[in-house]
Amino acid sequence: MTNEITYLDHAATSALRPEAAAAMASVHERKLGNPTGSHPPAQRARALLEEARDEVATFLGRDPGEIVFTSGGTEAANLAVLGTAEAALRARGEAVVLASAVEHPAVRESAKAAGLVGVDVRELPVDHGGVIDRDALARTLSSRCTVIAVMTANNETGVIQPLADVVSSVRRRAPNAYVFTDAVQAAPFLDLAEVTEGVDMVGLSAHKFGGPVGIGALAVAPGVTLWPRQHGGGQERERRSGTQDVAGAAGMATALQLVAKERTAATARVTGLRDRLTQELLAAVPWAHRTVPDGVAVLPGHLHLCLPGVDREELLVALGRVGICVSGGSSCASGALEPSHVLAAMGIGADTAAGAVRFSLGYDSTDEDVDRALAVVPGLAASLRRTV
Amino acid sequence: MRTRVLVAMSGGVDSSVAAALLVERGHEVVGATLKLWGGESDSGCCSVADVEDARRVAQQLGIEHHVFNLTEEFDRHVVAPYVGAHAAGRTPNPCIECNRTMKFDRLLHRSDRLGFDRLATGHHARVTSGRTGRTGRTHSLRRGVDTAKDQSYVLSMLGQDELSRVLFPVGEMTKNEVRLHAGRLGLRTALKPDSQDVCFIGSAEGRLGFLGQRIAMHPGEVVDGAGNAAGTVEAVELVTVGQRRGMGHGGDGKRRYVTHVDVAARRVTVGGADEVTRTGVFLPESSLTWVRDPLAGGARAVAQVSAHGRPIACTVEAGDDGSGLMVRFDSPQRPVAPGQTVALYDANDPDAVVGAGIAA
Repeated sequence: MTNEITYLDHAATSALRPEAAAAMASVHERKLGNPTGSHPPAQRARALLEEARDEVATFLGRDPGEIVFTSGGTEAANLAVLGTAEAALRARGEAVVLASAVEHPAVRESAKAAGLVGVDVRELPVDHGGVIDRDALARTLSSRCTVIAVMTANNETGVIQPLADVVSSVRRRAPNAYVFTDAVQAAPFLDLAEVTEGVDMVGLSAHKFGGPVGIGALAVAPGVTLWPRQHGGGQERERRSGTQDVAGAAGMATALQLVAKERTAATARVTGLRDRLTQELLAAVPWAHRTVPDGVAVLPGHLHLCLPGVDREELLVALGRVGICVSGGSSCASGALEPSHVLAAMGIGADTAAGAVRFSLGYDSTDEDVDRALAVVPGLAASLRRTV
Repeated sequence: MRTRVLVAMSGGVDSSVAAALLVERGHEVVGATLKLWGGESDSGCCSVADVEDARRVAQQLGIEHHVFNLTEEFDRHVVAPYVGAHAAGRTPNPCIECNRTMKFDRLLHRSDRLGFDRLATGHHARVTSGRTGRTGRTHSLRRGVDTAKDQSYVLSMLGQDELSRVLFPVGEMTKNEVRLHAGRLGLRTALKPDSQDVCFIGSAEGRLGFLGQRIAMHPGEVVDGAGNAAGTVEAVELVTVGQRRGMGHGGDGKRRYVTHVDVAARRVTVGGADEVTRTGVFLPESSLTWVRDPLAGGARAVAQVSAHGRPIACTVEAGDDGSGLMVRFDSPQRPVAPGQTVALYDANDPDAVVGAGIAA
């Protein structure tokens, strides 16, 4: 056991930025009302909420009226997929949902739930690099399609999807369909105003970029018909009922401002750290290899590594005991690691996937973090390796 | 010496207290819960609620906790053989196979690789060590102090290699002491009922439901020793030799027992209590395991043929061709169903396990 922590799990969550914490504290310190009320404390709350909404809209290059605050990325994905599917079912009696094979469970399970109520759900395959198969997409698209979910970048591998191609393909072949992108992982690094241009719905989660846990947003372009998932007082323009989390929105907005301001420098710095980690790890552990083939675009902070002969459960325990925090993929309800649907979709066999781990760097990662990982990982990996 | 111990925590009170005792003794303790079963089951050691209990206890004790996903291996090494054995009309003990292949193999190896000195579980059994010659220590497996809760039977296949690396901290305590200890520490598992039945079979579906989804079940005829019809059974695959339940009474008004099951012919033969008894059981060579030294032909021993069965005085002999072990009971016994484990204890020290085998 150790007290020294080397945090390389930013794709799971990043620590709350001090500036975001301060923004939230300043909201909490004021005596605010419910933002839907009419008296002065309510109006002050409403003003803070709308200020935050303006920031999120600016970040995404959208109109503030498009921004729906949610409890996080999962709710955003549920609202986008199930909200549009339900609206289509009610209007036309049918709905078709397409989702890439590497979507986050928030999208996959939403699609699965839609399937249970009669929605036609199809999965879009990816290639060996984890990139969506554009030919398969073109073949699957039709005028019947309701919503196409393709994430901006993958949470496990960091692989960036060709969203512009997806949008143009959808516009050509499925003019009535909406494109939803889960931009949760991409938000800390990519310029989403540019990358998600033309996309109908964009999902965000604040805690992935140094905002608080418990708030996120779904941008909904004008003209998108979406049935609410959460019914009540009609907040968020009747798209998401429930009293808004003003402090959370302020924290999220503050974090986003910092992300935007630091983007160029942070991208260069984190890419440099990640590349050094990659090169030196592969030099020290020559039997390991990157999960994502060279030439495939990946987020700056992600390094997904396959360590054949190592069981990722054992590696995570061993690394955790010396304070190195990485991830082995998704967990089930019990907390046990599940076989990765992302790696399976990329055609990576179960044996190789069993030894795959994700290092993910973020805004507060340092050279020391990389040094420490390089000092510890090669030895532990070698000691846990089973020669088959 | 501060020992590094990995403790298998099922979410029950015994393994909770096992972890607590190790912490109290000053060891460096890490908890691990095995997720063994991916299917739906409301009982046993792999439900989310049990994992949460184990995790919370670990938190209360201030130790690390991990969940290891061994569902695929559990399916391959425990569930599939269990299903296969039933299809062949045998009566397997999946808890023993889980101990053999999961806890004291996969998990024990994992514990070694991760640098732990010992693997602990919450079993009610004891390991004692003694010095032999100059070569080193030998280890004995003994019944738990609480004879009603003793689990040495389901551990009877362990050998020196495993026993030298395991700890059973609650083996020295009665179940009541275990619960009191958990209560004193405020552990949420203190009053949790003991687990029952096979962990991967839900109480609602039962054996018939579980196996029925995996193998063909066939109704069978029940006949008496003379071949006269004596009823029917719903699934011949679920009938066990020696079984009384569902076999009714004979023409003489006496209880009837299953004396033979022929799955292929879908026939169950029944008889009276006197017809069902057996004087021995044969354990094939490939199934035999020894805690240390094998029993020699003619040796006296005490047999136990089910998890909480009575001890049966016996003599062992080599099988007909010199292979395997014939266990001869001193007095006639209800038959041991094929597939059941027979644990053998020392005739002069009846708490000590000598070895085990599986009934042919």
